[in-house]
Amino acid sequence: MEIDPFIFRLSIFILTIFVGYYVVWSVTPSLHTPLMSVTNAISSVIIVGAIIAALSANEGVIFSSSSIFGFLAIILAAVNIFGGFLVTQRMLAMYKKKKKDK
Amino acid sequence: MSANLSAILYLISGVLFILALRGLSSPETSRQGNLFGIIGMVIAITVTFLSVGNFTTGFIYVLLFLAIGGSIGAFIAYRIPMTAMPELVAGFHSLVGLAAVFVAISAFINPEAFNLGTPGNIKLASLIEMAIGAAVGAITFSGSVIAFLKLQGIMSGAPITFKGQHLLNALILISIIILTIYLCLTQSSNLFWILIGVSFLIGFLIIIPIGGADMPVVISMLNSYSGWAAAGIGFTLENTALIITGALVGSSGAILSYIMCKGMNRSFFNVILGGFGATEQSSTSQNKEQKPVKSGNADDAAFLMKNASSVIIVPGYGMAVAQAQHALREMVDTLKKNDIKVSYAIHPVAGRMPGHMNVLLAEANVPYDEVFELEEINNDFANADVAFVIGANDVTNPVAKTDPQSPIYGMPVLDVEKCKSVLFVKRSLSPGYAGIDNDLFYKENTLMLFADAKKMTEDITKNL
Repeated sequence: MEIDPFIFRLSIFILTIFVGYYVVWSVTPSLHTPLMSVTNAISSVIIVGAIIAALSANEGVIFSSSSIFGFLAIILAAVNIFGGFLVTQRMLAMYKKKKKDK
Repeated sequence: MSANLSAILYLISGVLFILALRGLSSPETSRQGNLFGIIGMVIAITVTFLSVGNFTTGFIYVLLFLAIGGSIGAFIAYRIPMTAMPELVAGFHSLVGLAAVFVAISAFINPEAFNLGTPGNIKLASLIEMAIGAAVGAITFSGSVIAFLKLQGIMSGAPITFKGQHLLNALILISIIILTIYLCLTQSSNLFWILIGVSFLIGFLIIIPIGGADMPVVISMLNSYSGWAAAGIGFTLENTALIITGALVGSSGAILSYIMCKGMNRSFFNVILGGFGATEQSSTSQNKEQKPVKSGNADDAAFLMKNASSVIIVPGYGMAVAQAQHALREMVDTLKKNDIKVSYAIHPVAGRMPGHMNVLLAEANVPYDEVFELEEINNDFANADVAFVIGANDVTNPVAKTDPQSPIYGMPVLDVEKCKSVLFVKRSLSPGYAGIDNDLFYKENTLMLFADAKKMTEDITKNL
């Protein structure tokens, strides 16, 4: 009997929840704000769906009812990707050790 | 590009996202972690372009919109002040939620593009995943918008409650489940739109009864939702990167919500059901109005600190509001010049989001190895000479340890009262968010400094 590919994806999903659980508990509490902004940035990988949607229109047509939603989603996700990673970087750059104090 | 190759590359980008979070276990590795995250994202986007393989005019538009969104994002990221991080994160969550809704809508209208069947005849599993992704996405969106408005102060931070609220919410949640079932049976597009509309409504209704100081829980919870929404879409699109990310973000947000709830000694449901403190404040406020309070000025405070050998600073949301973090660091610099040992004590729920205070102190160039969490520093209060409480309130209230009647009883608090003397910067004697009086105000060794946090800190520095 063949296993439905859905089961494989479900396995990945469940196992990643556990990976996430252990990885996130090891995040130091002082970095919880950057954690939120970086998780926010990576969840915008939903842009892959948006790109597929945006390029889904028939030949010669750019804006169909479904591709418009794709383009809108691209803008939203792109704001998040750039905004999320850059603001995380900006925050992390501020965390300094005592030694280099002036 | 072959389907297998792109699947493997998506897997790699998923692993890079895991490493991005792993990097945050210490500030030294965190910057590298962020880089991994960026690489993962670049891989995912590139693979998608190559596997769609449609480099026509539409592709130009994709790049164009990507650039538009990217510039807006970059502009915001560089301009946003660090005190506004909670609003920013709430705003970003709403975008992820809305993007998930849009992708689900697009997949519903044109399922062929995603290999999910034809309109009106979408594979059952895909339809369920799509409905979940869209519903959770919509809840994330409207909930985050409300959280954003409350944090930004456009909407009052006070809980908005009305009669029958919980019943209404329960009915709406049940109707979402029923709508999903009917949607799967009929494939009707009308039901799909109604489902999305109702989900927007419930997201809005869930967040309005939650008050300002519970925002750390709300933001973490919405963070988690945005992850589950992404995972739902990931299943629809059969995309590993999206499933991995969704699961990661979902569990990350859930853990943060748990940590925040524990920091307030409240159950998750207690926070979500909202309306905290509104009913219980009357009993405690009556018997304490008469008690004497010692208040002082910057000169007194400077004198106390100058003669101390160790000082512990307890920052809270008030410091963020007054933008006092830079003034505070200047004061600490002066103290250090006088050979006074200074450390910072951070309560898990200080501020409006997890880690809020740490970011502000980091912005003010406070080295992170001087900043300690509650468990690390709580025993040191007994040996310290001065505790300087700036903008914090409920998290220092000894009532949480002594009075079983108190609504905050059992909440972990900083043992500030054990210090030889306590300096408490506050605008007035008004109770904190929990609506209860702080016993600390009336202790003999407490000196209240009634002033704006920033101004007071600057004045103390002048007097040192």
